[in-house]
Amino acid sequence: MAVTAIGDYPVLPRDGVENFHGNQLVAVGWDHHLMIDAPMAFPLPAGMPFAALVGEVIPVAYSPHPEWEKIDWEAVTWTLDGEAFVPNMEASLEENGIGHKSVIRFVTPGLDGLWG
Amino acid sequence: MANKLNMRDRYKLMTRLGWETSYQPMDKVFPYDSYEGIKIKDWDAWEDPFRMTMDAYWKYQGEKEKKLYAIMDAFSQSNGHLNISDARYVNALKLFLQGVSPLEYQAHRGFARQGRHFTGEGARVACQMQSLDELRHVQTQIHGMSHFNKYFDGFHDFAHWHDRVWYLSVPKSFFDDANTAGPFEFMVAIGFSFEYVLTNLLFVPFMSGAAYNGDMSTVSFGFSAQSDEARHMTLGLEAIRFMLEQHEDNVPIVQRWIDKWLWRGYKVLSLVSAMMDYMLPESPMSWKEAWEVYFEQNGGALFNDLARYGITVPDYAEICTKEKEHLSHQVWGILYNHTAAAAIHTWMPDDAKMNWLSEKYPDTFDKYYRPRFEYWRDQAENGNRYYSQTLPLVCQTCQIPMGFTEPDDPTQISYRVSEYNGDKYHFCSDPCKAIFDFEPEKYCHAWMPPQQIFQGNCGGEGLPAVLEHYKFNLGADNMDYVGSPDEANWNLWKGLNGSVSGDVKAS
Ligand SMILES: [Fe+2]
Ligand SMILES: [Fe+2]
Ligand SMILES: [Zn+2]
Repeated sequence: MAVTAIGDYPVLPRDGVENFHGNQLVAVGWDHHLMIDAPMAFPLPAGMPFAALVGEVIPVAYSPHPEWEKIDWEAVTWTLDGEAFVPNMEASLEENGIGHKSVIRFVTPGLDGLWG
Repeated sequence: MANKLNMRDRYKLMTRLGWETSYQPMDKVFPYDSYEGIKIKDWDAWEDPFRMTMDAYWKYQGEKEKKLYAIMDAFSQSNGHLNISDARYVNALKLFLQGVSPLEYQAHRGFARQGRHFTGEGARVACQMQSLDELRHVQTQIHGMSHFNKYFDGFHDFAHWHDRVWYLSVPKSFFDDANTAGPFEFMVAIGFSFEYVLTNLLFVPFMSGAAYNGDMSTVSFGFSAQSDEARHMTLGLEAIRFMLEQHEDNVPIVQRWIDKWLWRGYKVLSLVSAMMDYMLPESPMSWKEAWEVYFEQNGGALFNDLARYGITVPDYAEICTKEKEHLSHQVWGILYNHTAAAAIHTWMPDDAKMNWLSEKYPDTFDKYYRPRFEYWRDQAENGNRYYSQTLPLVCQTCQIPMGFTEPDDPTQISYRVSEYNGDKYHFCSDPCKAIFDFEPEKYCHAWMPPQQIFQGNCGGEGLPAVLEHYKFNLGADNMDYVGSPDEANWNLWKGLNGSVSGDVKAS
């Protein structure tokens, strides 16, 4: 549907990748761990290795969670933009198919978050 | 000498000031009330149930205002702020001044614009009067809160914050959306959905919250605004009835606007839900109870009434019914996460409050929220208060961090996405996605706070630069209530334990 407007309504997206100074926006969510309130967003270079995302970026957001220390990273399963996904740790975000405004989610079997 | 006119003629002479223009065709004089597709056959069918004239308006409002200002002045002179239940309560007022008062001003502008653009004079006059009410509302609110600004943090730059700070982009973008719509959509958005259906969920919590917590200044504002609100609600209902009765082609358009704007308003009110259940030391009712009374019951009766036009309850009402058990807890969690970047204080509830929450939310609080909150509380008591160090993904439509869960799984964040023009857009819910999908051009250029920070448009990199750009007084406006200057001052004034130092805030 086209927007209801008086005249022409140009499409002016504000968050195109070209506005992020060489980075792309990537969001990461840890399923069922809602003490960290929402998926967190990061501006990251497309060439960053996936291992750096796991080792340096994700901990800034998620390490305060009491279950963080217990994560067995070998057992973690991932989704990328809603599809099951096996990341190549040495490859870059781009090589892993992670694009601008992609959402990466991870599940930690046996660790279910803080529930009563 | 002429005879005195009867009321009806007098009203007519004082409000029906339009004429058929001849130098320019009518549709050029009123160019904005046809492009939305709403068909009007007879503007004279517009009914104004209040029949207010300007002279009566000035007289009546002037008297009301005089009384209100006298009460507010007395409140100031007697240091009324010392009689509130607890300084935590003041955060509800901060949220109101930062988030709601600027919307009063936006409403003033919006109704002034519709007061120019409707072809029918009856509708124009009614909008002009509401426009004046809204201007008075923002003025009296600023005046009332100026007293609190002398003693508490978090008030001083509310207008600057409204245009910049992340959680305030929720109400701001809501009203920007309405004010950039056509006149008929604006009336459904603000006049009907907000004023008629949702206003009780905004004003009753704040005003009864004020009453329960000893804030007589805010209570008097509430009373003084009540008669205005009654008029606003009537205008909203009249606007929608008029559209529905004028042409059957209007029905699907109006239905889509109702669906859109009740959802937009509901998401804004999620901030109110957290205020009600967490900020008020003494709570008149829970969010869930308020939702049941003011939406499910009152709103249900309204939709029964509108059924004869073919209008139905939005199909997402079921989501709201499920979410009423969770909304306030999730939003408080969001605010708690990002309190370092907010000009309100948050805190973890004490045992009495947690027990109240368990009682009000027997099916959800202990199961889904108490463990998280008790963990946070323990951490804070051990000097390790959790603050998020990162920025959240935010819904492209409602602009709230994506901290809402699937309607049928409270342990899982609800993710929705659309592709538009080669880019991805993320949403908190199906209705937010549907609003975007219908008019993606409008929402793809929304000013999303995290993205703007990352793009370098908010003062620079890193939290301190951003907070400076916001004009926060660091360590005073933001962070937990525990340890704040507000708390220290309160304890000092009230002679409570834990008062160590603390000066009256200089500003
Ligand atoms: Fe108002
Ligand atoms: Fe109003
Ligand atoms: Zn949303």
